[in-house]
Amino acid sequence: MNFIVGAFKPPCIVSISFADGRTRKQVPLKKENGHTVMVPLFQSQENIVGEVLIEPIHGKKLEHTGVKIELLGQIVRELDVPGELYEKKTYPFEFSTVEMPYESYNGVNVRLRYILKVTISRNYVSNIVEHQDFVVQNYTPLPSINNSIKMEVGIEDCLHIEFEYNKSKYHLKDVILGKIYFLLVRIKIKNMELEIRRRESTGSGPNTYVETETLAKFELMDGGPVRGESIPVRLFLSPYELTPTYRNINNKFSVKYYLNLVLVDEEDRRYFKQQEITVYRLET
Amino acid sequence: MIANGAEDEEKWLAAGIAGLQQNAFYMHRALDSNNLRDALKYSAQMLSELRTSKLSPHKYYELYMRAFDELRKLEMFFKEETRRGCSVIDLYELVQHAGNILPRLYLLCTVGSVYIKSKEAPAKDVLKDLVEMCRGIQHPVRGLFLRSYLSQVSRDKLPDIGSEYEGDADTVVDAVEFVLQNFTEMNKLWVRMQYQGPAREKEKREKERSELRDLVGKNLHVLGQIEGVDLDMYKDSVLPRVLEQVVNCKDELAQFYLMDCIIQVFPDEYHLQTLDVLLGACPQLQPSVDIKTVLSQLMERLANYAASSSEVLPEFLQVEAFSKLSNAIGKVIEAQPDMPIMGVVTLYSSLLKFTLHVHPDRLDYADQVLGACVKKLSGKGKIEDNKATKQIVALLSAPLEKYNDIVTALKLSNYPRVMEFLDNATNKVMATVIIQSIMKNRTQISTIDKVEALFELIKGLIKDLDGTFDDEIDEDDFKEEQNSVARLIQMLYNDDLEEMFKIISTVRKHILTGGSKRLIFTVPPLVFSSLKLVRQLQGQEENPFGDEESTTPKKIFQLLNQTIEALSNVPAPELALRLYLQCAEAANDCELEPVAYEFFTQAYILYEEEISDSKAQVTAIHLIIGTLQRMQVFGVENRDTLTHKATGYSAKLLKKPDQCRAVYACSHLFWVCDQENLKDGERVLICLKRALRIANAAQQMSSATRGSTGSVTLFVEILNKYLYFFEKGNAQITSSSIQSLIELITTEMQSDSTTPDPATNAFFASTLRYIQFQKQKGGAVGEKYEPIKA
Repeated sequence: MNFIVGAFKPPCIVSISFADGRTRKQVPLKKENGHTVMVPLFQSQENIVGEVLIEPIHGKKLEHTGVKIELLGQIVRELDVPGELYEKKTYPFEFSTVEMPYESYNGVNVRLRYILKVTISRNYVSNIVEHQDFVVQNYTPLPSINNSIKMEVGIEDCLHIEFEYNKSKYHLKDVILGKIYFLLVRIKIKNMELEIRRRESTGSGPNTYVETETLAKFELMDGGPVRGESIPVRLFLSPYELTPTYRNINNKFSVKYYLNLVLVDEEDRRYFKQQEITVYRLET
Repeated sequence: MIANGAEDEEKWLAAGIAGLQQNAFYMHRALDSNNLRDALKYSAQMLSELRTSKLSPHKYYELYMRAFDELRKLEMFFKEETRRGCSVIDLYELVQHAGNILPRLYLLCTVGSVYIKSKEAPAKDVLKDLVEMCRGIQHPVRGLFLRSYLSQVSRDKLPDIGSEYEGDADTVVDAVEFVLQNFTEMNKLWVRMQYQGPAREKEKREKERSELRDLVGKNLHVLGQIEGVDLDMYKDSVLPRVLEQVVNCKDELAQFYLMDCIIQVFPDEYHLQTLDVLLGACPQLQPSVDIKTVLSQLMERLANYAASSSEVLPEFLQVEAFSKLSNAIGKVIEAQPDMPIMGVVTLYSSLLKFTLHVHPDRLDYADQVLGACVKKLSGKGKIEDNKATKQIVALLSAPLEKYNDIVTALKLSNYPRVMEFLDNATNKVMATVIIQSIMKNRTQISTIDKVEALFELIKGLIKDLDGTFDDEIDEDDFKEEQNSVARLIQMLYNDDLEEMFKIISTVRKHILTGGSKRLIFTVPPLVFSSLKLVRQLQGQEENPFGDEESTTPKKIFQLLNQTIEALSNVPAPELALRLYLQCAEAANDCELEPVAYEFFTQAYILYEEEISDSKAQVTAIHLIIGTLQRMQVFGVENRDTLTHKATGYSAKLLKKPDQCRAVYACSHLFWVCDQENLKDGERVLICLKRALRIANAAQQMSSATRGSTGSVTLFVEILNKYLYFFEKGNAQITSSSIQSLIELITTEMQSDSTTPDPATNAFFASTLRYIQFQKQKGGAVGEKYEPIKA
């Protein structure tokens, strides 16, 4: 029995660890199988330093034609020349000041991942491969220009409102402040809410896929106002899982955020106005 | 349909309560295990039950109260959380993550309360934030309850003076600002409620709104209790702001309720100092607002305030309270052309009460009020509306109650003009009230002007007013009224005889317009009042001023003669006869022979021509005899004429016993003890003998017709007359004639045919006993009686 089991087991255990693994910030990452694991967080220009440990199963000989580690898609480091391994061996590695301009992203139709991949190449039999995900997040300084969003919209002789959001660019833990001013109300409004919508578009040209998700539905008003009412807006962004706005990532995809103001009347008709906002990651 | 509605509502309420309790249960579990996350989650879910639109305000309140209780527990938990190290600022943010606005704001207010207590931020900032955020609820009922919750939790945390949350500067202003803002928003929601939903349910909504009014009014109570709102602040900001809201909301229900609230909540002193502003708002209210009640309340309060201490009175003068109120009322009436008359009168009635209390010395004010009222009522004719009439009565009663003295009211020139507007029946009631007031307070009406004024007031009782029909009047009521007029006439009195005569003439002038039905009530008191004057004149020197014009008994008698004559036309001959005789007697006392003779003549004429009922005749003849007997003024001739007539009448009475009694009574006309020239024994005897003859005839007649003899009472009565004159020394009456009369009686009584009559027997027996007694006296009397054997 053991013999059979052993035959399907990998002949060695490969593990990747980071030099500052104990101190580095970890963030959750959702894997394809739906499980969330904690992975280290990096940002662009950081050194990615660590070790690969290969441990053959008790005294078995492991023949290989070379060991390498790649930061997937980018960099390859040869860790070992072809040879044989009898006992466990540690290979330190270091990718210095790696340019990682794009953040890890886990979207509907697109994922941007950073992976360390160790390959033990072998003859005649399949290579032994081990992956280690990590996450990259990059910070943006406070924008120097950050205008408010102010607009008057309406349906003639029916509804005129003026809305104002205090900024056009919000960081991930920001709070949206503003007010909705009712200039004319001739319909019976039931309530009003503010939605945060994410628009992810992938591909290009005729093959563009656009996916829109509503991440937040935040009720701003209950009941119908009369002319002259001004309704405050205060929406904390922290509870929602937002990412920064990504514009044209490597010509592959983009992620944009919108504030959608929705008024619902008593017959459940919806009147809405959507405004793009820019979301950025502020260093904390 | 309606029943179903109510049933459904019960169901919804039950479902709401169940949902609330379930989530409250999970919330408690979270609280017990210090699980903030779950506590927030379940409390928000619990509060979501308040998002319902299906409940009437009444039922919604029930749900709200349950949520309220739960929120108190949550507040305790939040407080503990902050003690355990959770920052209250974080909590304040955390609760705002809730997606639904209503639960979010309830939680925000709850944490806000803890936030203020923690003093990590100035109370005013937190309050300002809360009151602003609550704008998110525009649904009237839900908004009202949410803001009511805010008001409730902030009540003890206002940064007013002396509060532990008092800030550095202008802190009261912040507290006031907060309450005012919450009030304004609540009122807007409350008013808006009226315009929601179908028009056919308008009434129902109005009722529901009425149930919610105290939620709005509570804010004014809070304002009234904020420490540090002094007069200046009240005048400069609080009142104008509140009034602005009241006026601008243009809602009848709200305006009425809130005006009332303002008046009730703030101190009277403030009202007095801000009368301009407060009253200025009144004409701006909706025309349908029941402003009269509002203003009446205000005036009543101010009047009570004035009554509370004399020290405050100068304030009233200083601010010219009366003229301001008076102007305001005028303007309100102009602004509300559809105001019912009742409202107009109520306003003036209140103003009158106000001025009577505050300025009791300013009768001109009271008259002004009445005058203004007359002006507003003019052209409206008699007021038919019952309620308005009641108010007019109240208006007119106010001065009477205040002064307890009709004399004061009589000085009010507009008083009778107001009375004009009363319908006849009410006019009478009012007149009766006036008379009762005079009676009760024993008010002396002592000048002719006042009498004139008074009769003008009570003319409804004095004469028939236009449009009254006899059959409308209840007999008893009429008697009651006229009796009170009669009593009133007795109350009119002046020690000055000249003036008194004028009063009498005036009264006479008025009562003679009263028509036959009233004269029988009003003439007698006038006659007696006049006779009283006559007696007073008698007591004085003859013609004290030597003035031709001055009052003399003669003049009065002339007047009386004419007055009584009016009665005979009524016809009320018996009453007139009595009064003539009374006058004759008075004239006798004044030694006015011709006058007395004239009165007798009048009485005789009445007797002959008008009094035909036999019983009335009997009464009349005895009155005549009695009066005539006492007359001393007549010379022989006049007296003879009158006595002759009287005896003639007596003998002509219908029934024998009546004849008999009248005739023996006439005997006294010839024997007046203290007048020597009036002792005609012979004629006395003639009378008595004649009486005996008649008695005899009566006796026979009755035995003929009834088969048994009548009573012998008449004989015994005549016996007594004999004894009287015998004792008085009439020589014509001898002991033997008495003796034979006694025997006659005894025989009659023993006769078989006589039915024994115990009364007669007793009468006779005591008469005999008297004779016996006189005998035993001895002396001259005893000697005189000696021959008589009883």
